[in-house]
Amino acid sequence: METLIVLIQIGVSAALINNFVLYYFVGVCPFLGVSRRVDTAFGMGCAVTFVISIAALLSWIFTYYILRPGAPLPTQVWTALGGSPSVTVDLSVLSYIMYIFVIAASVQFVEMYVRKFFPPLYKSFGVFLPLITTNCAILFACLIIMKNLQDPSQLWGLHHAMTMAIGGGVGFTLAITLMAGIREELDMCDVPKPLAGPGIALITAGILAMAFMGFAGVERGIENAIAMLLK
Amino acid sequence: MPLDEPTALERLINGILPENPVYRQLLGMCPTLAVTGAMMPAMTMAAATAFVLLSANIIVSLIRGLLKPHLRILVFTLTIATFVTIADRALAAYMYQMSKTLGPYVPLIIVNCLIISRCEICASKQSVGVAIADGVGMSLGFALALGSIASIREILGSGTWFGLHLFSYAYTVAENILGWVTTILGMGTLGLPDIHWQNWGIMVLPPGAFLTLGLLLGAVEWFGQRRRRAGE
Repeated sequence: METLIVLIQIGVSAALINNFVLYYFVGVCPFLGVSRRVDTAFGMGCAVTFVISIAALLSWIFTYYILRPGAPLPTQVWTALGGSPSVTVDLSVLSYIMYIFVIAASVQFVEMYVRKFFPPLYKSFGVFLPLITTNCAILFACLIIMKNLQDPSQLWGLHHAMTMAIGGGVGFTLAITLMAGIREELDMCDVPKPLAGPGIALITAGILAMAFMGFAGVERGIENAIAMLLK
Repeated sequence: MPLDEPTALERLINGILPENPVYRQLLGMCPTLAVTGAMMPAMTMAAATAFVLLSANIIVSLIRGLLKPHLRILVFTLTIATFVTIADRALAAYMYQMSKTLGPYVPLIIVNCLIISRCEICASKQSVGVAIADGVGMSLGFALALGSIASIREILGSGTWFGLHLFSYAYTVAENILGWVTTILGMGTLGLPDIHWQNWGIMVLPPGAFLTLGLLLGAVEWFGQRRRRAGE
């Protein structure tokens, strides 16, 4: 039950309280670029969620078994080659390069999957899918996983990492769809010429971020509610 | 070389204002919004980005003959990732507090659209000298953009600039001048009213970043439109 509470906390935190776009500012480029219409925005959000989940899965596996300090595979190679067993083998300096490979592979995989099983969706995505490779949000999810696997006392399991990734993707989808809905209305308003386009979009994002600030403290409330329910 | 290709010097000057990466090309928004709460982190981030941009430009320009078309984005990204690792570890070693403040945004330089787009547009097609000039121009433009946003956010949000408390400094100077003037005129003691700068807390929080960038974008756009209309 403790695990369930922790998972809910991680998920809600990633989706609402520390929203990837509106709190951590990752994924702002597609957020501003794709949020013109609600259906493309929702599609982009779903694509990002899909890619982020696969990338988080792969990067957790690589970080847990290869990259973190004291990881099993390099330690076995080290001792097999005759190294001293009291040394902590730490390959985490290769993390960023490894994550880039993982993200490129995930995007490639998702692109092949969508092309094979959902051709009309693939056509409507167009150039978006390769653009997700440079989406900060996915690398950011990998970095969170890396940070939480550095400290051996609070080692994140695969379930923590996947919850964070899916929660982050859901939060991104929520933010981008809300933004698209607002921008569709803004198209019919009389926006001052200098602010038209990215200017007013950023100001709207600021007001949206203020709204999302209201979620602070929600995780404590959920924790209390679940604890009361379980009594 | 075709006649309309900009020269190295033109590229350098272009990158500062006319094709400013943040205000005109809208690239690299993530660090722009994230680290501009104060001037010191903003300038550190600008320096780190400049280092990565210049190094990546030089390397990509040197290997531009060997790049296969369909693998070039991956090669760019790997080069950038290497230099970001160097920058990140150097920052953690020599400026540990700042590295903690900047947090995950230093590795996020890897996916900064500015660097990849500069490698794609300029460095992979031009010689090393032109690539260096382009990198320097874009870095200066990026630093200018970060500095402008960070100044506004820090001054309004904490009353400081580079950690120096501006308002209380000015207040002390004004008090000293007033004391000096009243002593000369023999008017006895006069005091300034007890005022302090109230921090605009929203400015150091995420909404302040979005609002500042949006309004500054509008301002730059407005000046640009006025200049264009005056030039016609």
